[in-house]
Amino acid sequence: MIALLARDLALAIRAGGGFGLGLAFYLIVSTLVPFAVGPEAAVLARIAPGILWVGALLACLLSLDRIFQLDFEDGSLDLLATAPIPMEGTVAVKALAHWLTTSLPLVIAAPIFGALMNMPAPGYWWIFVTLLIGTPALSMIGAFGAALTVGLKRGGLLLSLLVLPLYIPTLIFGAEAATRGIGGFENTTPLLLLAGITAASVALLPFAASAALRINLR
Amino acid sequence: MSDMHRTKQARDRWNFLWEWANPVKFMWFSGRVLPWLIAATVISLVASLVWGFFFTPEAINFGSSVKIIYVHVPTATVAVSAWFMMLVASLIWLIRRHHVSALAAKAAAPVGMVMTLAALATGAMWGQPMWGTWWAWDPRLTSFLILFLFYLGYMALWAAIENPDTAADLTSVLAVVGSVFAFLSRYAVNFWNQGLHQGATLSLDKEENIADSYWIPLVIGIGGFMLFFVTMVFIRTRTEIRLRRIHALELRERMADA
Repeated sequence: MIALLARDLALAIRAGGGFGLGLAFYLIVSTLVPFAVGPEAAVLARIAPGILWVGALLACLLSLDRIFQLDFEDGSLDLLATAPIPMEGTVAVKALAHWLTTSLPLVIAAPIFGALMNMPAPGYWWIFVTLLIGTPALSMIGAFGAALTVGLKRGGLLLSLLVLPLYIPTLIFGAEAATRGIGGFENTTPLLLLAGITAASVALLPFAASAALRINLR
Repeated sequence: MSDMHRTKQARDRWNFLWEWANPVKFMWFSGRVLPWLIAATVISLVASLVWGFFFTPEAINFGSSVKIIYVHVPTATVAVSAWFMMLVASLIWLIRRHHVSALAAKAAAPVGMVMTLAALATGAMWGQPMWGTWWAWDPRLTSFLILFLFYLGYMALWAAIENPDTAADLTSVLAVVGSVFAFLSRYAVNFWNQGLHQGATLSLDKEENIADSYWIPLVIGIGGFMLFFVTMVFIRTRTEIRLRRIHALELRERMADA
């Protein structure tokens, strides 16, 4: 499984997939928003946590179809399916690779982009923490969506239609925790609920995703 | 020994349920029942709508706009029930592999989606004179919008996959996972709105404090829309089964030609 993780990481970095692209997309979204809503610092500061969360979610979405698609096309997914590690493990490792290559850079970059939007100082910490807790759920839910649509020729658009509604609870709790933290309010409850969604997704969704993969490989 | 006997008896008693999963039996049964279902649907819908629209008093605070309740509440009830029906049908397909079940789930989705849309649209029409706005990010409204998105995704997945069995499997998995997330969203939305605004003032429990003169046609209306849903699902499932048969016949002919 470690070998699989190393392979996926090497492929993602060398093949120039979602690695830099998601980050660049995130930067562009953060840059476009002030053009759209105007440069007033107060307005930007107010909407910054929400924009950063939505941007991270979309940037994460952008590279989801690469989780299984390439391996499905060149046949290595069939080999992985017959390999001695359980399918659930394969799915979990692939989601982890996606998180490391796509989501983690977003988490690290988010406070910097927050500075672009005049986010107040506690915001840097809270946007980092909420994204760090929440993005594993985004990657795992995305892996499930990618497993559902892996057999389709043009599954990208369908994938976003399937995955975005599933992202709603994570987005709500994540953005809420960040907003409350920045405002100096108590935000333990949304943080715990966010962590709960991540824990449950990581624990349960590999089973659903590998069921979908098995159906698609049949 | 008597225990084992009894459980076997209980199993036999429920076995008849699964016999309807046989497409031939389903076609026979649904064909016999459909005329009655259609008649009951028409009678109850006409009764509730005519009664509700023309023979109920106008409410003091609401005027005549209150009468849209006879479409709004039943469609909303059916929209949620339809998703539950799809969840149960999907589970039956995943566990027992009854084709009729998968086809019934497929047949129910567009009906449920239209009901969701109708509930949203009538709600907007009602909200405009009452709240002064077509749309508010109230927990109930938002949950219905999310439910609509789930219906969209489910139907899009059915449409995208060519192999019918693969499509049935994948949509069933999606229905199960989606139900968990839809449920989660319902409570997340409640949390979110209370976090930003005062508690929900718009979602009064309408059925609790409604007078009898509105209540009876409303119950008939809910029953009527439920019957309408069942009728539509029966008709659409029959169509799906016939489509499968045509497909099988075509395949057989092509095999004979070759």
